[in-house]
Amino acid sequence: MIATLLTVCRKEILETLRERRAIVSLLFGLLLGPAVFAVLINVVVKQNVSAAEDPLSIVILGAERAPNLVAFLKARNIHDVAQPDFADVDGAAAAVAAGQRDLVLVIDDQFADDFGTEQAARVTLVLDRSKNRTMSRAQRVRGAVDAYGQQIGTLRLLASGASPGLLRPLVLDEYDVSTPAGRSALLLGVLTYFLLFATLSGGLHLAIDSTAGERERKSLEPLLTLPVSRTAVLLGKMTATLFFMIVSLALTLAAFKFSLARMPLDQLGMSSSFGLRTALLTFAVICPIAPLGAALMTLIASFSKTYREAQTYLTFVLLVPTMPVMFASMLNVEPARKLMWIPSLSQHLLVTTLIKGQPLVPSYVLLSVASSLALGALVGWLATRLYQREAILG
Amino acid sequence: MIEVDGLHKQFGAVRALDGVSFRAGDGKITGLLGPNGAGKSTCLRILATVLEPDRGTARIGGVDLAADALRARRSLGVLPHSSGLYQNLTARENIAYYGRLHGLPPAELERRTKDLLERLDLGAIADRRAKGFSQGERTKVALARALVHNPQHLLLDEPTNGLDVMATRHLRDWLRELRAQGRCVLLSSHVMQEVDALVDELVIVAAGRVALAGTPGDLAARFPGRSLEEIFVEAVGGAGAA
Repeated sequence: MIATLLTVCRKEILETLRERRAIVSLLFGLLLGPAVFAVLINVVVKQNVSAAEDPLSIVILGAERAPNLVAFLKARNIHDVAQPDFADVDGAAAAVAAGQRDLVLVIDDQFADDFGTEQAARVTLVLDRSKNRTMSRAQRVRGAVDAYGQQIGTLRLLASGASPGLLRPLVLDEYDVSTPAGRSALLLGVLTYFLLFATLSGGLHLAIDSTAGERERKSLEPLLTLPVSRTAVLLGKMTATLFFMIVSLALTLAAFKFSLARMPLDQLGMSSSFGLRTALLTFAVICPIAPLGAALMTLIASFSKTYREAQTYLTFVLLVPTMPVMFASMLNVEPARKLMWIPSLSQHLLVTTLIKGQPLVPSYVLLSVASSLALGALVGWLATRLYQREAILG
Repeated sequence: MIEVDGLHKQFGAVRALDGVSFRAGDGKITGLLGPNGAGKSTCLRILATVLEPDRGTARIGGVDLAADALRARRSLGVLPHSSGLYQNLTARENIAYYGRLHGLPPAELERRTKDLLERLDLGAIADRRAKGFSQGERTKVALARALVHNPQHLLLDEPTNGLDVMATRHLRDWLRELRAQGRCVLLSSHVMQEVDALVDELVIVAAGRVALAGTPGDLAARFPGRSLEEIFVEAVGGAGAA
């Protein structure tokens, strides 16, 4: 039984290693994750850095009506650049809607008159909320205008002999306890998505080729006339699939370890702390899901008529374990004992914990490993049962 | 010795076998003859233990397939309809893979492989991948693979399909050699002339039943003045009408 399993496993691995298509797609999958991740991080870093420091150019209509405000904005690195080619708010709105201008600050006609009185002087910010890039800039302009208003208000109260504190009966202080690594966790959460994907897709070709592919090429039937049990043959194929999944996971992790060290995470005020120990623990945490993936893929591919049909089904299988990860990232789900029963979600939560630099809860790890392995064994057993049927020959 | 008794097999609404019985003796080449769809392949697939009959029994070397298929397979070599070689493995690796699954010890496996490669004149392509093999080369390698464990019984499904004249002649020579070694060879075919030149026993199958059986000599004596082909057409036609 074991000898058969190993013979089948060895032959499937050898055959896959000789399949150029399989190796190319494996390597491509390996590089894709770290590459996409590097681009993602660089873009985020650029956006954050530029938003905080870069000079911001906007158009101010009626700048001459509020020279002090304009000077205040200038001190905050917000500059009035272009001469406006429109005369009122409607004209500005048209220009922004057309995409000719990002942000326009319109100083009201009555600004100078109202400013000295008890009337509030009006300033209008014309923007397009549907543009992400504009939002952070608009935030800056709004903050600067508010600060100017506060300053003027405070000065006026002082001038009238009242304490500025009268206007602030309540003070809200924020106290942020997140560690730098904790802040990077959201971004690095994407990492589990890539790791799970790399693990499963690593075994994709072999799972299909050794089952649906073998039947399509008519080599399955003679194989089943040999004095070996079908269970041993199928388990050998699953083991080979598992082998490629684990190799794929290990290589992807190594690629991440290598590329994360070169990403400008410190510029975001984050430390990724993705050291060797974290990498090894991540490997150990994700590994238990591989048998489940191998069993499920082999089961489905075994009953697909052709390689192409199996490929179609298994593409969906690749998406299934990534869904809990997506929801967990979006909803900011915290690790909890009852979630550790769910394969892929439990791995995601544990890896996120690791990346945040927090200690793993042993019972959580145990539950995650046990439930993934148990489910893998169940699906594997089901596959060997179904493999006894004549329908396997197609 | 292969013994088949009252085999029935139904696929959905199609009755593939409707009570087939025959014997194929040791030291003989037995030909399973019939038109396409007569049930030859189904019969061979049951004997190869990949299908199970709905009713009836099949024995190989005295072992009931329903009782102990695994044991029966040890004395069984199968040359399937299409060679079913692994394209990315060499001829030698294809043969060795089956040898290992048969549980041959490494030394014996090496000796057998070398022996078969020599006997079937495969030396030149032994270490080339099966991807580029001609039909004749594929059949030869598949035959070597089926013989790697030195089986007493050999099943061949339309073995000369797609072979040229020379390759067909070689195949016949090897089959005669296997017969001389006292093996039980059962092959299927729909080509009358081929069977006539090779087999000792004929089993003509039509519409899932045995229409006629006997040695070519017997049949010629029973239907004097008629060629084997005429006998075949009549047997098949009669069964088809019934």
